[in-house]
Amino acid sequence: MIVGGPQVRPIGEGRPWTFYALGGLFGAYLLFLYGPMAVIYVLSFQGENGGVTFPMVGVSTVWFQDIVKPGQMANIPVSFGRSIGLAALVACITVVFAVAAGLGFRRRFPGSGVVFYMAVASLVMPGLLVGFGIGLGFQFLGLQTSLFTSALGAQLTWTLPFGLFAMFAVVNRFNRAWEEAATDLGASAWQRLRFVTLPILLPGILGVGMGALTLSYDEYARTTLTIGPLNTLPLEIYALISSATSPTLFAIGTLTTGVSFAILATTLVLVFRMQRRRSLALPEMS
Amino acid sequence: MDPRFDVELISVTKRYGATLAVDGISLRIPRASYTCLLGPSGCGKTTTLRMIAGHEAISDGDILIDDKNVSLLPPAARGTAMMFQSYALFPHLNCLDNVAFSLKMRGIAKAERHKAAREFLDLVHLGDYAMRLPSQLSGGQQQRVALARALITRPKVLLLDEPLSALDPFLRIKVREELKRLQRELEITFIHVTHSQDEAMALADLMVVMEDGHIRQAGPPREIFEKPVNPFIARFIGGHNVMMSDQGPIAIRADRCRLGVASDGPHVKGRVTVVEYQGTMVRVAIATDPGDEVSALVPDGLFHEQPVQPGDAATLVWLDRDVHWMANA
Repeated sequence: MIVGGPQVRPIGEGRPWTFYALGGLFGAYLLFLYGPMAVIYVLSFQGENGGVTFPMVGVSTVWFQDIVKPGQMANIPVSFGRSIGLAALVACITVVFAVAAGLGFRRRFPGSGVVFYMAVASLVMPGLLVGFGIGLGFQFLGLQTSLFTSALGAQLTWTLPFGLFAMFAVVNRFNRAWEEAATDLGASAWQRLRFVTLPILLPGILGVGMGALTLSYDEYARTTLTIGPLNTLPLEIYALISSATSPTLFAIGTLTTGVSFAILATTLVLVFRMQRRRSLALPEMS
Repeated sequence: MDPRFDVELISVTKRYGATLAVDGISLRIPRASYTCLLGPSGCGKTTTLRMIAGHEAISDGDILIDDKNVSLLPPAARGTAMMFQSYALFPHLNCLDNVAFSLKMRGIAKAERHKAAREFLDLVHLGDYAMRLPSQLSGGQQQRVALARALITRPKVLLLDEPLSALDPFLRIKVREELKRLQRELEITFIHVTHSQDEAMALADLMVVMEDGHIRQAGPPREIFEKPVNPFIARFIGGHNVMMSDQGPIAIRADRCRLGVASDGPHVKGRVTVVEYQGTMVRVAIATDPGDEVSALVPDGLFHEQPVQPGDAATLVWLDRDVHWMANA
């Protein structure tokens, strides 16, 4: 036995009771976190004659078919399209500005403190009020609120600061010497950005983009008063919840969760591939 | 006409706000020489190197490379290449593309730049590692890729920022020999920043000791070791006992000091504090009665004839001809 070495639990001896207490707490937490969602996923496969509560009366996919059928759910596929379109645009704009700002913030510039605290303020301001202000402003100016004007702006007040702070973390791990080495080797400012800075930051940038995409995709508070006459998916679902109750709502929930997970999985696969390329042995070229 | 100097610094100054990092230093670096900038951290040696490279603007003064004033030129137009302390290899590019990077920036076609990059990888014995990414290489291999990447620009002056500090001691000595060999073969000037006097003495043709933004002494290593101009240099270079005499500070090499008995010759009494066995030599540290910390490097045979132990009273003796007089710091 090594004196002063780490205490190793001999095989066969029980763990302390605190392990089970904390494990139980963690299990309860997981149940609280995912239980309600699991209920929705299960109930979305409710049988044709079933209702919005247990018990399950058989199993069917009829509620999923309901979504795309012409009728009261007709707005769901259209609003899904709108949501994805808006989210994609929001993600693009956020990436461009967050990357530029993240790189710019590496050195202090006149007013950098003010800009930073304005970004913080935008992040902590209640979303509903931001949306309300933008809606009022549009009305005051005699403009019609709509998807790609007021709603886009309202969502950017939320995703831009988020993207900026995420970029701080990404840029933090960036070694300035890489840029100096590029300059030393004759790269122009543009070449340095194109061939060194952006490729090295790419996994992080992708993460920021996907973060902005998902933030926009399920944004409610800022969008509700700035969207105008044509709803995004979250607003459409909210309207449905207050007007109709059928397992179709659950089916919509299951589908949108699926979309979110698909986006997340795609990003993770892309990032892991990039990191694998950078860290795993490549076949030797002979 | 062949210029006499590869690099000339003419009262080069660097200010950061109110603080002076480098205070009007002047230095001439002869052609194809190995120069080491040496000093404790914060002495301005790295700042000086970065000003020569062009990564740090000069506040005042001029830098000449190959008789041309480069003070306002961008790094790539100066005829220098820099090897960074952490090597700064591009993590997303394999060795071949790392080395070929500068050629790519100049718009040279892929086949041609890869051919040239392979030659330089061969020069540093890494031909077999062309397709590896930097993260798949050991520290020593990464360092050689960085070297190849710098040399492919065919610099007149290669600037090395603490190139050996990230390597383990055994590798450090091997790479040190390799650097010296390359410098001789390529016949270009290397300027090497280090805080290790061993490294500087082993490598340098010209050794430049800096302190507090000033050059305190510049010359061949032997001159600096044998004739340190002031107590700071003597202490920093090591191997010297620095003491005050009536006529000013003196330095006596520790390997010229012996343990003996008080006599007419120069001596100082004290007490042994440390006995360190170093193989061929034994270092005996003594706290003198006047309050100096001195030591004697005694050949092991001589030491074991009359061994001493910590706590023993001892007298340090030396010869008059070994006394080196210095200016006050």
